[in-house]
Amino acid sequence: MNLDFSAETLEIRDQARRMLRQADCLAKVRRMLDRADDAAPALWRQMAGLGWAGVIIPPELGGNGIGHEAACALAGELGASLAPVPFTSSAIAATEALLHCQDDALRQHWLPALADGSRSATFALVAGDAPIHRDSVRVEFDGARLTGTIWPVAWGQQADAVILPARNPDGRIVLVLVETAHGRTEPLQCLDLSRPQARLTFDSAPASLLPVPGDAWDMALHLLDRTAILTAFEEVGGAQACLDMAVAYAKQRHVFGRPVGANQAIKHKLADVYVAVELARSNAYLAALSLISGERDLGLVAATARVSSIQGYALAAAENIQTHGGIGCTWQADPHLYYRRAAQLAVGCGTPGYWSERLIACLPLSSAA
Amino acid sequence: MDLCDTPHEAEIRARARAFLNANARPRRGDSRPPGPPADVAAHVAAAKEWQARKAAAGFAGIRWPREWGGQGGSAIEEVIWQQEEQTFDVPRGVFDIGLGMCIPTLMAYATTDQLKRHTGPTLRGEEIWCQMFSEPDAGSDLAGLRTRAVRDGDDWVIDGQKIWTSGAHYSDFGILLTRTDPTQPKHKGLTMFFVDMKSPGIEVRPIHQMSGGAHFNEVFFTGLRVPDSQRLGQPGDGWKVALTTLMNERLAVGDESRPDINDLIAFARSWQRADGSRPIDDAAARHRIADWYARSQGVRNTRFRAITALSRGQTPGPEASIGRLVNAIKQQEMARFAVEQMGAAGMLTGPDGILGGVFQQSLLTSPAGRIAGGTSEILRNIIAERVLGLPADIRVDKDMAFQDIRQGSERRG
Repeated sequence: MNLDFSAETLEIRDQARRMLRQADCLAKVRRMLDRADDAAPALWRQMAGLGWAGVIIPPELGGNGIGHEAACALAGELGASLAPVPFTSSAIAATEALLHCQDDALRQHWLPALADGSRSATFALVAGDAPIHRDSVRVEFDGARLTGTIWPVAWGQQADAVILPARNPDGRIVLVLVETAHGRTEPLQCLDLSRPQARLTFDSAPASLLPVPGDAWDMALHLLDRTAILTAFEEVGGAQACLDMAVAYAKQRHVFGRPVGANQAIKHKLADVYVAVELARSNAYLAALSLISGERDLGLVAATARVSSIQGYALAAAENIQTHGGIGCTWQADPHLYYRRAAQLAVGCGTPGYWSERLIACLPLSSAA
Repeated sequence: MDLCDTPHEAEIRARARAFLNANARPRRGDSRPPGPPADVAAHVAAAKEWQARKAAAGFAGIRWPREWGGQGGSAIEEVIWQQEEQTFDVPRGVFDIGLGMCIPTLMAYATTDQLKRHTGPTLRGEEIWCQMFSEPDAGSDLAGLRTRAVRDGDDWVIDGQKIWTSGAHYSDFGILLTRTDPTQPKHKGLTMFFVDMKSPGIEVRPIHQMSGGAHFNEVFFTGLRVPDSQRLGQPGDGWKVALTTLMNERLAVGDESRPDINDLIAFARSWQRADGSRPIDDAAARHRIADWYARSQGVRNTRFRAITALSRGQTPGPEASIGRLVNAIKQQEMARFAVEQMGAAGMLTGPDGILGGVFQQSLLTSPAGRIAGGTSEILRNIIAERVLGLPADIRVDKDMAFQDIRQGSERRG
């Protein structure tokens, strides 16, 4: 029984943690929230230099091939630090789409550039006000040109390309890759500007078909499952950071002559947060195991991981504010930065409703799960 | 990362499975959850027979030292045995306390002759033990117990009462924590004994539980004489001895008690109302089920992380508390949900009830799950203090002489 990171992965995780601590990520997050910056390119370049952008890309396509287990560990550290970089969108979501693509030329054109950080890409499914369902695909592709609007797209303004489903003239859904320079990008105001979102509009923009095996919409949902597993690690990392912050504060803030953390109301609250985070962490590990061992049907484990990680992060972030009292509600204090990220992640890669339904739909027919 | 055994573990598992396949029937996955055993005497007899068979084949006392008839195995080996055994339809619960808590306490504190007398019969299922710690005024505050032992020649005379004693009505022996010095602070004046449950002066009365069952007892001591030779540890060392007992608690490898999440999903999918609608057809119901499923999997996978630690020879962390805390509230929530989904028909119990009333029964047994074996509030305190390192609660009675502490609803004199 080995439901834990390997020694090698823990080494990668610890290195990442040290690097991120020195990178002062929260200062970079604040600059984006204050609209002083819209990205942290130097930080992303540094991470690409460490191989993070190519962590799941095989060496023959320019990556370091370390794999999904390391990617999960990195995602956790990125989530804990709030580092404002396109790891999930470019190194995971778009990369997974390209890795599943059957067009070698496209793979060889994009993956090495994504791996070395010289270019970035992102992935989107359907418009933000539409349910995640094949009927919601409205963007059109005639085989060469793309027309339509898609939003919110994570890192859409900064990315060189976006991969998304589109409908061809037969009404079938296909996956396409389009360079953002061929469309119009508008940044969107959103809860967490450190995970920037854009509206992308294409008007007969040149685009490439991304051929994938089987039904393209089913593949899109599978890609969402894969991205969701990494997102679960990001959420667990963020939730743990909130718990650590709340515990630290509760130990040092004195009221009524003793630490505020000596009160059972706070102790029990933070015990509940701890439990929620550990359940989410355990579910994320099982999902990682399925991803690593090459399982094709990830819907159940991904959905289970997201149902608990969304909830766990929401609880941890809200109760971190609560434990801080009034100061927790200020711009200057850090808790709101995590609260924003938690809320945005909760809807940015599927929603709690989506993942609950996917979980139920993916349950095996016999009761023994 | 994997869910696999090491080669040694795989060998242990294969041997366990071979024995079980040859000697027991597998539990049917789709069967209705069993109720409590109707005939206690038959259950105990079956449990004795099963224990004897296990002992004869070398599958009893897995973590016990070989010198006392055990297998000298590690924690992970015991976990593997339990994982395999629980997939078979075998009698449970009768020998856990004796094998897992009482005899290991004797191994730490009793004489060689006493161990020669007691280990074999317990291992072979001939004798049953119970653990007598809790009292009406000493549950969460166990150290506040009042059962009194007074030295009289070569004996101690014991008066008082224990409560929640599982299996006392069919036990042959028991370990008993008493107060021997009320002038000391509460943790310091305790002494442990082991007693013959057939001694004069012991009266066992079943507790009528809200669920209708009677699996626990009150045990009353009136002038019970226990020889000093049956004292475990020094007078005044009772708390230390009790901690030894509690540390040996059964490793939590079990699945959720039934009806569990799989039973709930089966019910939601297959039970139809008169109009043909099923609980699973409702989106709000699906979301609640998804939440409980995610929590159940979270507990299961957290247990796997604890087993990972055991497999590496490490001591697991507080993962067991997580499972107990989460499962207890979930059990009650799921029972309530199922009953409510049944509409007015949900009020029927017993054979007239839907699915034989299993969810109704669970509604009535689940409140105890949040209290027994550590209340949810105490478990949260333990997590907050020992895992998160938050300050301990103020203890106003820590250094007071026991006889000066206010307890129950009256001042002690």
